[in-house]
Amino acid sequence: MTNDSLIQTLSTLLPDAQVKMGTQYVEAILPLEKHHEFMLKLKNTPELAFDYMFCLTGADFADYLMVIYHLESTTHNHIMVAKVKTADRVNPVVDSVADIWPTADPNENEAFDLLGIKFNNHPEPRRLFLDDDWGFPLRKDYQDDVHIVSR
Amino acid sequence: MKEKIGPDYPVIESHEGGSILLTKLDDLINWARSNSLWPLTFGTRCCAIEFMAVGASRHDFSRFGMEVARATPRQADMIVISGSINYKMAPVLKRLYDQMADPKYVMAMGACAISGGPFYYNSYSIVKGADHVIPVDVYIPGCPPRPEAFLYGLMQLQKKIRHERYFSKKKVTK
Repeated sequence: MTNDSLIQTLSTLLPDAQVKMGTQYVEAILPLEKHHEFMLKLKNTPELAFDYMFCLTGADFADYLMVIYHLESTTHNHIMVAKVKTADRVNPVVDSVADIWPTADPNENEAFDLLGIKFNNHPEPRRLFLDDDWGFPLRKDYQDDVHIVSR
Repeated sequence: MKEKIGPDYPVIESHEGGSILLTKLDDLINWARSNSLWPLTFGTRCCAIEFMAVGASRHDFSRFGMEVARATPRQADMIVISGSINYKMAPVLKRLYDQMADPKYVMAMGACAISGGPFYYNSYSIVKGADHVIPVDVYIPGCPPRPEAFLYGLMQLQKKIRHERYFSKKKVTK
């Protein structure tokens, strides 16, 4: 599907999402409450059929944290970006999509490890790289006087 | 008979009567040890690729005696730290170094192993120099060091080994 028809289909299918054309792919910002339901729709609708999530990252903006999903369809060959904003920075919680796309499993562990975003219903939440009592280094307000020589 | 300690102690040996045998024995042992340094395979980052390049056919380190890289520290007599050391890797490195048998030598290859390198500032995870973890004999600068630089560092280590004295230690008398 071309980008324009993707925007049209997504706007009709997901009424509460803000769909627009990003710099490279079509972007959709999903609301936090219906996040899992919309992700299921993205995978199960036959004309969209996003069955491959090739990237999951977290990002730190000033007031909230954001989880960014890059989705691709192996049958139709189109790509889109889905974004979810957390409610706040103190307790960022997002639903896990590990039951929809299995590649989300380690990627969500990494997002939790480095940014502190917790995922509901994740099969095995654990810290991958860092020690259990380390902070969250990729947050913009991370301070560490012991390990970092800052300049 | 009093020995005069010259100004160039301890490089120039002053011999007593019968120590020619022991110094020659020391020379033989040091020659054998310096020409067969077997490293432990310890590549953590990009310098490991450069280490492999030194071991490949164009610049070959097995003509200097580093014939095999042993996978176990029990059979290795030196460790080439090629790559940066994380805070997570540092206890592992210390344990491997402790498992090696004396005499053992350490070469810090590349900027990350010398001082943290490009990760000295603003990095939370890299140890700022491998000599915070284990004692280092030879530092090879570069990012990554060229194979010729690595071989130069290897030859410096060989020179350092040849100056060791085990049997014929200098006796200092008043």
